[in-house]
Amino acid sequence: MILVGVWYVAALSACALAALAAVLGPARGRPALVGTITVGAGALAAVAGVAAMGGGGWQAWLPEVLPLAGVRLAIDPLSGVFIAVTGAVTSCAALYGVGYAKDGHGPAGRVTQAAVPLFVASMLLVPAAASVSTLLLTWELMAITSLLLVLAEHRRRAAVGEAALWYAVMTHLGLVAILSGLFAFAASAGGESFAQLRAAELSPAMRSAVFVATFVGFASKAGIVPLHVWLPRAHPEAPSHVSALMSAAMVNLGCYGILRVGLDLLGGGPAWWWLLVLAAGAVSALYGILHAVVAADLKRLLAYSTTENMGLVLIGLGAAGFFATAGFDALAGVALTAALLHVVNHAAFKTVLFLAAGSVLRATGTRDLDALGGLRTRMPYTTGLFAVGALCASALPPGNAFISEWLLLQSLIQSGSVSGLAGVVLMPLAVAVIALSAGLAVATFVKAFGVGFLARPRSPAAGAARESPPAMVGGMALAAGCCLALALAPVLIVPALTRPVLAVVAGTGVSARDLILAGGAGAISPTLIAAALVLAVGAVLALTRAVMVRRSRRVARLWDCGAGPMSARMEYTATSFAEPLQRVFDDVLAPENDVDVTPARESAYLVRRVAFHARVPDRIERRLYDPLLAVADDVGIRARRLANGSVHRYLAFGFCVLTGALVVLAVIE
Amino acid sequence: MAGVVLQVVLVGLGSPLLVGVMRQVRARLEGRAGAGIWQPWRDLRKLMRRQPITPAGTGWMFRAAPLLLPGTALVVASVVPLVTTASPLDGVADLFAVTALLTLGSVALALAGLDTGTAFGGMGASREVTVLALVEPTILLSVFALSVPAGSTNLGDIVTAAAEHPLSLISPVSLLAAVALVIVSIAETGRIPVDNPATHLELTMIHEAMTLEYAGLDLALIEWASAMRLSLLLGLLAGLFAPWGIATAGAGPLALLVAAVVIALKVTVLGGLLAASEVFMAKLRLFRIPELLAGSFLMALLAVAASYFLA
Repeated sequence: MILVGVWYVAALSACALAALAAVLGPARGRPALVGTITVGAGALAAVAGVAAMGGGGWQAWLPEVLPLAGVRLAIDPLSGVFIAVTGAVTSCAALYGVGYAKDGHGPAGRVTQAAVPLFVASMLLVPAAASVSTLLLTWELMAITSLLLVLAEHRRRAAVGEAALWYAVMTHLGLVAILSGLFAFAASAGGESFAQLRAAELSPAMRSAVFVATFVGFASKAGIVPLHVWLPRAHPEAPSHVSALMSAAMVNLGCYGILRVGLDLLGGGPAWWWLLVLAAGAVSALYGILHAVVAADLKRLLAYSTTENMGLVLIGLGAAGFFATAGFDALAGVALTAALLHVVNHAAFKTVLFLAAGSVLRATGTRDLDALGGLRTRMPYTTGLFAVGALCASALPPGNAFISEWLLLQSLIQSGSVSGLAGVVLMPLAVAVIALSAGLAVATFVKAFGVGFLARPRSPAAGAARESPPAMVGGMALAAGCCLALALAPVLIVPALTRPVLAVVAGTGVSARDLILAGGAGAISPTLIAAALVLAVGAVLALTRAVMVRRSRRVARLWDCGAGPMSARMEYTATSFAEPLQRVFDDVLAPENDVDVTPARESAYLVRRVAFHARVPDRIERRLYDPLLAVADDVGIRARRLANGSVHRYLAFGFCVLTGALVVLAVIE
Repeated sequence: MAGVVLQVVLVGLGSPLLVGVMRQVRARLEGRAGAGIWQPWRDLRKLMRRQPITPAGTGWMFRAAPLLLPGTALVVASVVPLVTTASPLDGVADLFAVTALLTLGSVALALAGLDTGTAFGGMGASREVTVLALVEPTILLSVFALSVPAGSTNLGDIVTAAAEHPLSLISPVSLLAAVALVIVSIAETGRIPVDNPATHLELTMIHEAMTLEYAGLDLALIEWASAMRLSLLLGLLAGLFAPWGIATAGAGPLALLVAAVVIALKVTVLGGLLAASEVFMAKLRLFRIPELLAGSFLMALLAVAASYFLA
């Protein structure tokens, strides 16, 4: 249908217009102008995406835009899902950004304001790319614009520069992996458009090499362990609406890449590909949520939760690929529906959570949960909206993530007899991983909400917090509304995913009315569960009204076992809340505690000062990346000796390399 | 529909009695006279008459938890096949949804504990969610094991399948899953050896620490909900592993009444056994609980593996 194209091109044009307005417009009111246009662009993109999911396709071939390769775009139902998600997240984040940039809190400069719509445009282009060169170009555009945005606050905090460096290096190493994989693919296929790649006949070894290379690259963008190290650094340091865009929209495109290349272009493959995907997902889910549960930095906690959720999506993708290669299309359909639904659900609640975290940061100046608390009276809207996001993120009914995780579990459980020995051993383990990560997610978000927003303020800054301006609350409320819609009306969402699922596997297995799996293997109705909950709570309320003899409530001091009055310093903090879990998973997390005792000068027994530092370092970073960086440093220092400043020596290097290359060529030819 | 109403009423009215029976069994075994099985109901009546108190500095979460906790328990009571398998709500929530709903209640209480801002409230909440997180894998794997023979996770289907093939109940799958589920039910309901419902020693308590600030009607609601959760989990165990006497579709009023009596008997026997075993056990140290739960997890994993190899 031509309609998809119209909406899509309109969205891209709006992004371009917003960028132009940012560069040319007046400094006064720039955020409002750019933000408003970007909200519109997001809405247009969401419409285009939904239209594409409904079956409308669109293609474009623009040979004159890029020399040599040209730009080739195509939107199918699968790209539609990711375009729609990106568009919806953009609308919420851009609306929020208008308020965020007020009174000098958020970035209002020309470059950062222009980078947001360009970043959005690149994220809209990636799922529409239909040739290798277009994909790589838009992928790199996405990396650079997001890098600019991560760097937006580098003058205020030193940590920003370091985070951006990690991000730049990791994202480009990922690009190298994707580039080498896709170039090898295109070279053996004899053409670079996706249609030619689909038709290509490759040797099994070549196909596996392409898959593994692209998987590594895409997984690094999705924040999959052990390539996740940039994510808990870059997401917290970016301005909060950019964090939301990155965490809710950009990481999804890593999953899109795996799906597009693995299931669509390569058309599935041996089972071990998908078991690899599944294993990477399982490790990420557990590792991510374990770090989230002990994190005391609110935005770092959310970033680790992104790693967890992308891990869950990868479990779904891996299961879908595994079932599809084994020929069980209905099961593959259920697993893929679950994975895509989880992408959508995660985008919705992660947007709310990151935006709310930004409001807290703006109001209190800190992201440290140990210094927050008591925000429910000072910031009632933010608290309520964060509560919605936290409920959804902890995968409990009536939240939206519960539905996608239920579908995911169902697809794994039904696999039983069909998947052979590998399935019999791995599927129960995958179920256990999902269950443990769901349980830990509950603990994580009880901590984030309970410690961050309830109880009493743990610092003067938290006690003096003020509610955010209406635009920010509006952005959050929009995202929370999406969460509720997804949670209460999956009946509308799940059928819409039928076509995207059918685009890559041959069955769906989920029926439209409520959520009933093929063959009566399970059924829930999230709408009715929510209704029953409301009804039951109402009944209990009515009951209490009926039996209550003395109606007035009396306000009294906290009893606290007769102790008190307690000061806010005696409250449980995020660190103490997570301590039991940290102790249980001691061997995995390897926390570091330093006790620094300074004795008085007169006697070693008189203590003057005790300093205690506890932190949970990222073990993979410690064990894997730090040694690598040390080696790179070492090599760099040694290589200095080669460059001693003598021009003669440099000329000699050039001469040697040139002749060496010529000799090698002569030998090969 | 009549069966569902009967179930909810039975759970709502009968669960304090179950707690009374369990306390009485315990008292007799310890050589005490005991307060009689009606004591929990007398306690509830006493609490309901008292003026509700709002501690200074608490907010809406603290007020909402006493409503949410019994609310979730009532929803679960209407979907679990205690009296009848032919609930019209069977397609609404399966075994996953039931466990998630019970978790939702615990989460509400944990948040209320944090909301008080006291050290004990935070301590209880922290311990509660720790146990909760570690219990989850066992529950879901047991569900997995039980759903393999039935081919469905819907409670009605599982119970019907088990009732039709009674021999499957003594298979290793069912026995392992039963042991695993018993352990996690004990953990979820806060009984010995995970938590001691009779303790008021601050450093050892989990559930009690979260409810310390509640008084009057609020406390009555929470006590009532805790009793309901206990009888629901025991009823679920009875239904899954001894599925006889549960009314099926098209059963008349008499059959429903018989089914109600049968389930009440089964749950009372189970509760009595639980209370009797508690007399001979001590509470575990908090940091030994993960080992217990890891053991139950292993059994659940073995149950799933066995379900494939025996199928």
